[in-house]
Amino acid sequence: MKQWENFSKGFIRDNPVFVLFLGLCPTLAVTTSAYNGLGMGLATTFVLVMSNLVVSIIKNLIPGKVRIPTFIVVIASFVTMVEMLTQAFVPDLYEQLGIFIPLIVVNCLVLGRSEAFASKNDIFSAIIDGLGMGLGFALALTVLGAVREVLGSGSLTLIPDVAEFTIYQGDGMLVFVLAPGAFLALGYLIMLADKLKKKMY
Amino acid sequence: MENLVDIFVKSIFVDNMIFAYFLGMCSYLAVSKTVKTSTGLGLAVVFVLGITVPINYLIHNYILKEGALTWISPAYADVDLTFLSFILFIAVIASMVQLVEMVIEKFSPTLYSNLGIFLPLIAVNCSILGGSLFMQERAYNSLAEATVFGLGSGVGWFLAIIGIAAIREKIRYSNVPAPLRGLGITFIITGLMGIAFMGFMGIKF
Repeated sequence: MKQWENFSKGFIRDNPVFVLFLGLCPTLAVTTSAYNGLGMGLATTFVLVMSNLVVSIIKNLIPGKVRIPTFIVVIASFVTMVEMLTQAFVPDLYEQLGIFIPLIVVNCLVLGRSEAFASKNDIFSAIIDGLGMGLGFALALTVLGAVREVLGSGSLTLIPDVAEFTIYQGDGMLVFVLAPGAFLALGYLIMLADKLKKKMY
Repeated sequence: MENLVDIFVKSIFVDNMIFAYFLGMCSYLAVSKTVKTSTGLGLAVVFVLGITVPINYLIHNYILKEGALTWISPAYADVDLTFLSFILFIAVIASMVQLVEMVIEKFSPTLYSNLGIFLPLIAVNCSILGGSLFMQERAYNSLAEATVFGLGSGVGWFLAIIGIAAIREKIRYSNVPAPLRGLGITFIITGLMGIAFMGFMGIKF
């Protein structure tokens, strides 16, 4: 039961994007469509789970003073792996995400979970925490991507060519696909998340 | 010379780190409560970007790039070490941040305590690593161009955080709807500032 709570806290109560405000750079930058948001979310989830696992294993071997650089090197290695994997298996997503895959290295969410959770807890809890937080992050990115895509271009792409929907015909509000729309959409989604959280807890 | 001015202005207004690429959002949102602390953090970012981009430019061009090692021996012409770039870049950045931290602690203890955790966190501020990665991607021709790009991006970030901090100081006295208070309204203001900055896109030299 405790592990379930540990897993599910990332969805609403401690959602990394809407409540903790961590990892906002990729959140805002890649969410021009639901598919991009989902891809970025899953890539981050992988890095988060693996780095939490490794940090939790080596937590007793690292002297306190050099722990941050050590964590960053661990994270950077997994990010390099993710970059190579996306380039090999989903090249179109790799093109779309561009510089934001290497930037997972400096995603405060990943470093934050290593520092605040994995370096203090056992291996199993660390994996569950990474998975829960990562999926919460992916959920937030997908929702934000979906909102921007529907408002901006009138379509919704979950997986290209498999699950593509047209919501309405004609021109959307272009501003939501451009940079400022990301801020506006996220601002209002934070408001909704705040309402929802107050209702649930 | 014209080229350098072009790069400088472009990296401040058109390719603004915050409004166009969303880099460095965490500290942008968390430290922008007062103009004073934002100024300190903004200057630290300008300084760190102005140092790390040229250093990483040298590392990229003389160590990592394909064929970069030919200055040691022509036999290394087909060695490509770019896969090491993230790890090397972040190591340079982390050590530079440590240096800036020591300098600020020595000369301005008040600023040091005001900045709190966000000074060490510049190491994981995406705008710093982003600056180095953009430099690598855009392949600047000379060290001067890379330096100017680093400084310009820093100044753009500085302008953005000062602007939002000034607005947030004022908005404390306004009647904001309850669920939007705090970061919700900050995002919406940033969005509106971003729309204004889009007006600079037409700048041509």
